[in-house]
This record gives sequence, C-alpha cells and structure tokens, in this order.
Amino acid sequence: MTPTTARPEGQVFSLDALFRTCRDEGRAALVGYLPAGFPTVGDSKRMLSAMLDGGCDLVEVGVPYSDPVMDGPTIQAAADEALHAGFRLRDVFSVVESVASAGGRAVVMTYWNPVHRYGVDAFARDLASAGGLGLITPDLIPDEADDWMAASAEHVLDRIFLIAPSSTEERIACTVAASSGFVYATSVMGVTGARDSVGAAAADLVRRARAHTELPIGVGLGVRSAGQAAEIAAFADAVIVGSAFVSRVRDSEQAVHTLATELAEGVRR
Amino acid sequence: MKPEIAPTAHDPDEGGHFGPYGGRFVPEALVAALDELAAEYDKARNDPDFLAELARLQRDYTGRPSPLTEAPRFGEHAGGARILLKREDLNHTGSHKINNVLGQALLTKRMGKRRVIAETGAGQHGVATATACALMGLECVVYMGEVDTQRQALNVARMRLLGAEVVPVRAGSRTLKDAINEALRDWVTNVDHTHYLLGTVAGPHPFPVMVRDFHRVIGDEARAQVLERVGRLPDAVAACVGGGSNAIGIFHAFLDDTDVRLYGFEAGGEGLDSGRHGATLTTGVPGMLHGARSYLMQDEDGQTIETHSISAGLDYPGVGPEHSWLKDTGRAGYRPVADAEAMDALRLLTRTEGIIPAIESAHALAGALQLGRELGPDGIVLVNVSGRGDKDMETAATWFGLVDDGASGTGDGPANGPRNAEDAR
Repeated sequence: MTPTTARPEGQVFSLDALFRTCRDEGRAALVGYLPAGFPTVGDSKRMLSAMLDGGCDLVEVGVPYSDPVMDGPTIQAAADEALHAGFRLRDVFSVVESVASAGGRAVVMTYWNPVHRYGVDAFARDLASAGGLGLITPDLIPDEADDWMAASAEHVLDRIFLIAPSSTEERIACTVAASSGFVYATSVMGVTGARDSVGAAAADLVRRARAHTELPIGVGLGVRSAGQAAEIAAFADAVIVGSAFVSRVRDSEQAVHTLATELAEGVRR
Repeated sequence: MKPEIAPTAHDPDEGGHFGPYGGRFVPEALVAALDELAAEYDKARNDPDFLAELARLQRDYTGRPSPLTEAPRFGEHAGGARILLKREDLNHTGSHKINNVLGQALLTKRMGKRRVIAETGAGQHGVATATACALMGLECVVYMGEVDTQRQALNVARMRLLGAEVVPVRAGSRTLKDAINEALRDWVTNVDHTHYLLGTVAGPHPFPVMVRDFHRVIGDEARAQVLERVGRLPDAVAACVGGGSNAIGIFHAFLDDTDVRLYGFEAGGEGLDSGRHGATLTTGVPGMLHGARSYLMQDEDGQTIETHSISAGLDYPGVGPEHSWLKDTGRAGYRPVADAEAMDALRLLTRTEGIIPAIESAHALAGALQLGRELGPDGIVLVNVSGRGDKDMETAATWFGLVDDGASGTGDGPANGPRNAEDAR
C-alpha cells in the first residue's frame, strides 16, 4: 500500500505519551477492542470512532482469524461474522488509518499466522504507514519473535506481549524486557469474555510484573462494567475491554458510545 | 521389546524446532505447563521405572508386539512386490493411538494431574484416551467437532460408555481443527489440574517429539521383524499422514537407513484440482496452527482452509512439524491419495487378505500399490496398517452400496461412487 504519512507528529501520539498523560492525570488509560470488519469494514470504523469519542484513550483493532484459540464465544462469533462478510487482511490497515487520521490512537491485536503469511516486515511497514502504533500478539511469545523484534525496530512500532497468572518470574522478566509501549496482563487463566469478577490474580500479576519493569501494565480479559474498570484502575495503568464492546455493537453505535463513557468514568474514579 | 524413547540425533533443538518448523506459537498462559511437561518428559525418558511400566502396559494391555503380516495376494496387485503389513490395527482399541495415550496418561499421573482433555476426529484417539483414563482412574473430557460426532456416532457411544464426557464443538467448521481449538481453550482455563493429551505429532513443543517417541515402538518392532522375516531392510515404507503420528512412529527407526525410502500418503480427497482435499504437505505453505510452525493449508490472508477427506482422521489442515522438515530435507516423500483410490485399496486388502483396514490406513495401502508397481517383483514395501476399519463400516457400506435398499449390494461395482458417499457424510 502507499505510505500515507497519516501521522506527521508521531511522537506526540505515541503510547509513551499517552501513558505519561494518564499518569499526570492520576488515572488509568481506557483501551477498547473491536475486530476490524465487524460487522462490516465500514461499520467497524464508525464503531471505533464511537469508542474514541466516548472516552477510549486507545483502541485495539482486532484481526478476524479462523482459529482464535484465545477467544471466547463472543469474539469468535464476531470474527466469524467479519470473515463471512468478506473481511480481507489488508482491510485492517484502512481501519487503522481511519482511526489515526481522526486523531485517535490504534494498535492491532492479531494472531500470528496472518502476519507471518503477509510477511512480518511488510505487515509492520504497512501498519506504520497507516498510523498504527504497535501490535498485541496473543500467540507470539518473545522466544519465537526474532523477526518481529527486527521489524518493529525498523518501523518504530511497539511490541505488546502478554503475561499470565501462570507465568514464572523468569518468563515475566524476559517478556517485559522484549515489550515496549505497555505490557498486557491477562487477569485470569482463560479466554476472552465478560466476567462478573476478574479476581485477585490480576492484582497479584501486576505487582509481580512491576518488580521487573517500568513499563505501563494493562489488564484485560473479563472487564465489562465501570465498577470493574475502577477496581482495576486502582492497581493497573490501563483497563482493556473487549467482549463487552463487541456485544454492544450488536445493539447500536450509541450503545458503544455509552459503554465507553461509563468505562471512562470508571477509570477516573 | 522394551520401549526405546531416549533422545536421538533426530530430536528437535531445545525450543522444539525441527529446522525452521515446530516451536511454540501459543498464549503465554500455556508456557509454564509446556515447560513442566517437557521437564517431566525429559525425566521419564531416562527413568527405568517409567519405561518398565510403559513396557508392561504395552505387552499386557495393548498386546504388543503387533504382528507383521505378509500380504501375497494383495502384493499380486502391487507389481508382484512383497508387501509386509505392520498390524497396528490389532492393538487394543483398534489403532496405533493407544501407544501415545498410555505414555501420556502415565505422565499425567506423574505430574499429579487428575483431569485429562483430548481432541478427536474419527474418534480413535478419543476412544484410546477414554480407555486409558478408565484404566488409570482419570477424569476425561473429549472435544469432538459436531460434524464428526454425527459421522462417528458409535465412537461417541464408546467413549461415553468408558466414562468420558464428549463435548460436541459447534465452532468454525465443526471438525477436528475446531476440536483442537476448543481443547486449547479448556487447557488455558484449567491448566493447573488438567493435562491436554494431544493425539498427534503436532502442537507446541514438547508434543511433536514426545508423541513421536511413544510411537517409535512401531518402527522399532517392524524393522526387527522385517529383518528377521526377509533378511534385509525394506525398499520403501508407506504410511498415511493426517497429523502424522503413525507415519513418524514407523519412519523413525529407518531415518538413518538411507537406502530405505519413506513415503507419507495424504488425503487427496476428491482430487487436488477439486480444491476438496487435505493434502497439506503437497499443496500447503508454512504457517502456524495449533502452536507450531509447519506446512498448513491456508489462504493468502493466512486464514485456515477447510479440508476434505473421506477419512475423518486425515481431515486436518495442518501436519506435524517433523514431517515438514523431512519433506524439505528430502528424507521423506509425500503424495496425495484420492478418496476413490483409498476406497479401492480398502476393498482390495479386504478381498485378498481378509483384513479390513481403517480408511486412513487404506491411503497407505493405496500408496503401497503405487510403490510396489514402481519397484517390481524384487521390491519389498512395509506398510503401516495404523487402524482397523470397523469404525468405517457405515462409510464403506454407502460407498460400495452394501446396504439392502432394494438394490443388489455385492460391493463389486463402481457402486455409488463419491457423490453418494459424500451425501452420507
């Protein structure tokens, strides 16, 4: 694709800058997830715009994938729907560009095979051209990430790896050392999906991670309400919400906006 | 024969890589469990007590060694070559799958885990797992694509009778690949007390090397049996390849015998041109699925392509990483066998030798017919008959028109052909 230089003043929009701002305001960042192309490519752009307008500080643009082993039923169904509606991998760049050109911040969350197939360096190049800030990689661990380490350095993208409650100290140390932007802590052992409670494991994991890094730590999996967002914001630097937004997309754009507003209030309590 | 699972020159590197293949493309949440499993397996490989227990089970429970049967009347159709059948179909539960299951079930107990999950396609691995769990008092949950639960209803009943919970998977294409996805989701959630008893040489490290090792007994026995029977090594070894566990199991003993040619036969389905097949190594390109890098049937966006085979056990878009490496290095060759060719071989073996093979294994037998004709009367072909065909009677009955519906059903005709057989699936 043609380079668009959607982001002439890149530094201002970086994840570092975002987390500095949030820290200055004494609050956590709100991160919202939605698969690109769900329910259609055009609609997903409007929904992401509503999430940003409602108060998301950053959006994760998901890549619909045929075999999403980290996802529960809600996001699986959304990915299926997007693929059936004709989503093509290159569409993710136009979705990211729509966010960036409106002044929003976007990272892409993707299983690794689509990136591998596209070409790791080419994907990084096109993501950077579209104004994306980095990649969240739920099934890529640093041990297997040599080509992504190189491509992300070349194209100045952040590498957001995941840590889990089962991670050993050694694994946390090596994972955060390979990360930039922020670290994604999964709150529970399990797959994506809204839960009534996110448990004490999240706080413990964040505490353990802080012993190894100065990077901001975001907590995801299971968050759906302002109350939960506030609870997590008390110990984490970012609150990540996915399935709850996906469910609201089925209601309306307004419902998406409202949820973002509620959650944005939660992270500021 | 005592099971030999110690490290060899053909082991992957520490990260589980066979050349550029294998590795671990998994959520971080599973890495601790994979490390624990790899460490426990490393200990078990050299532990005399573990090996003795495994040997006892193989002998007294599985019925090993499995026989080597010469098939002269079948061989007449294979250019007169000598065809030797390794009879994994005669194992308890009816296939090679029990070899791996017993090994991993013993490891599960060593790790102090009480719950086992497994995926199954045709039901062979699910039945073997349910069997081992009954034997060892472990809780067992088997994930099976909804489509497969329908086409293999009797195996579902067998698993339930054995005390397993069978969970029909309604996601995606509702077949084997989706059953593995669902098992992985379960494992991420319950990993502290659950072992995922993966049924083939795919998946993240250490599964490809560990599952291979538990199947090495096939080739170790067969190599000795062939030498004893005919006084020399075979010219070629034939096995079917879905994920590739029975093939790796019989290949391994021959890897250093460079004069012995190794062939894997994949699901050619309705033909490569039809697009409806499962010939991963023939038509795929490298990618990641279910935790490892290997050849993969995928589209240009990296989305997995749905496969087709008359055999549920070969109906899989991935393949074990060691096979990808053997393909690239040229040590093994891989060819597609179409549904119709496999069914012809199934009927031929049944009519000439009185052995009804699984449809999976019939792909290897069809391959052996090709190899025998290439080698001629002096050739010797060793074929892995990985499973028995009882589970496939419904498919065979439809394919050959064996069920009385007012028509005559001798099984001799071109019968109902692919079209009707497909309807039955």
